[in-house]
Amino acid sequence: MATKTYQAGVKDYAKTYWTPDYVPLDTDLLAAFKVVAQPGVPREEAAAAVAAESSTGTWTTVWTDLLTDLEYYKGRAYRIEPVPGDPNAFYAFVAYPLDLFEEGSVVNVLTSLVGNVFGFKAVRSLRLEDVRFPLAYVKTCGGPPNGIQVERDRLNKYGRPLLGCTIKPKLGLSAKNYGRAVYEALRGGLDFTKDDENINSQPFMRWQHRFEFVMEAVKKAEAETGERKGHYLNVTAPTPEEMYKRAEFAKALGAPIIMHDFLTAGFTANTGLANWCRENGMLLHIHRAMHAVIDRNPMHGINFRVLTKCLRLSGGDHLHSGTVVGKLEGDREATLGWVDLMREPFVQENRRRGIFFDQDWGSMPGVLPVASGGIHVWHIPALVTIFGDDACLQFGGGTLGHPWGNAAGAHANRVALEAVIEARNQGRAVEREGREILSEAAKHSPELAIAMETWKEVKFEFDVVDKLDLAKH
Amino acid sequence: MPEVMAYPPTRRRTETFSYLPQLTPEKVAKQVAYIIARGWNPAIEHTEPEKSFSNYWYLWKLPFFGTQSVEQVLSELEACHRANPGHHVRLIGYDNFAQSQGLAFVVYRAGGR
Repeated sequence: MATKTYQAGVKDYAKTYWTPDYVPLDTDLLAAFKVVAQPGVPREEAAAAVAAESSTGTWTTVWTDLLTDLEYYKGRAYRIEPVPGDPNAFYAFVAYPLDLFEEGSVVNVLTSLVGNVFGFKAVRSLRLEDVRFPLAYVKTCGGPPNGIQVERDRLNKYGRPLLGCTIKPKLGLSAKNYGRAVYEALRGGLDFTKDDENINSQPFMRWQHRFEFVMEAVKKAEAETGERKGHYLNVTAPTPEEMYKRAEFAKALGAPIIMHDFLTAGFTANTGLANWCRENGMLLHIHRAMHAVIDRNPMHGINFRVLTKCLRLSGGDHLHSGTVVGKLEGDREATLGWVDLMREPFVQENRRRGIFFDQDWGSMPGVLPVASGGIHVWHIPALVTIFGDDACLQFGGGTLGHPWGNAAGAHANRVALEAVIEARNQGRAVEREGREILSEAAKHSPELAIAMETWKEVKFEFDVVDKLDLAKH
Repeated sequence: MPEVMAYPPTRRRTETFSYLPQLTPEKVAKQVAYIIARGWNPAIEHTEPEKSFSNYWYLWKLPFFGTQSVEQVLSELEACHRANPGHHVRLIGYDNFAQSQGLAFVVYRAGGR
């Protein structure tokens, strides 16, 4: 049906891309953007511009538009909502047809949704708050290589959160001294130790040496305790070829888990590594260096819940979620929102937690949230209340900073965690009765008693920067 | 600051709750009640301590599907312990929705520690 004729020039985006009567399809990919338009640009026009620039549009009409059916392929701005508490900003909801995106590629999705449009002059600032991935798209992605249930079965850990620790100092230890720190922490009672994210393969400790010494430490601690343990061997590398070489070596040494930094290394590398892990029976811990650059500014960038969804699709068995109570940024309700998005098979729209859409994950396995950053024994009652059992609690300074060393620090954390879990199962209100529960447990554990004494004064009470948009009361 | 205490040679452990003193019968009963209240199915396993690293311990009878009786589970734990005095005896709460174990811990530790 050749009903359209070509007219060169610029026309309002809203004429084509603002479709308030559109009812999104179950197969559409939906996005919620927070937009601040330039002065004088109507909201409908700004929303339409975002839809256009993140899908089929460009700034002017081109004759080749008429060689395809743009009505089928275009993104549509279908709703505008005010942002509570901010008269300058509004939410724009955009629906994209499924065929705009390559199957199984969060890379391709992000290249459209957060591509050129974020530098577009007609908007002053732009933030991608949430994305609804249609189930039809979810099923094309590999997802976590193992998932929470498989990890528990492999490691024989039931009925409690897992316990970890990042080895410090972050940089500068020799491989053998580093392995010593790992051994002490694991024999004291931790399930995992972790490479810091910026440990890759520096001159002071090349990766092969680290992997060998660390795996000796892991195996000795396993043999002595009779419990299963692991160390997240960081395989993040300058090239994919090097990354796979490190992963293969970790496997050859019998490591149960490796780690990767998904944002600095990129989604292409991450998805490839997740596929490798699935094929090789390897757990995959994901660190999130660079996330705060992208997600902390409440007006511009990408909310962490979107990065969370992208990681679950790309693949990873653990992901850092923030702790709510430690030294790093994290609003409690928002954190609970993305923790659900990591673990649950279906998450309902819930604006109180910043979730704009229902998200159906189908049968995709869950990601274990990792709480890490400035936490210690006193935080355990709150952490158990916030996260429940399906989480990994990581105490770096809170293990290694124990006055009697790593093994005693690990032991203190393990005793405190088990005491809190036992009390919770008895129906006690562990957050309110935390002091009492920990004090009872410390009677049988001098390691815990001294840890409680050491960190009794440490608090991190700064207000968060990235708050949920809620009306002020 | 008191002086640094040496951490002793590593001891064998048995996963969840093995860093607490062995639970008293009253405390075990509360954990059984928790398993039942969560809708999980209690089950009992036991093993020689030297084989405890395996995934597969000896299953005691069958899981007690649908039981609502804390007493029944406690008496089965005791019966298993009496029949296998040198073994670890473990209580499991099977969560059939998660297809996993909601809770598992050793009730009778071989050697009694």
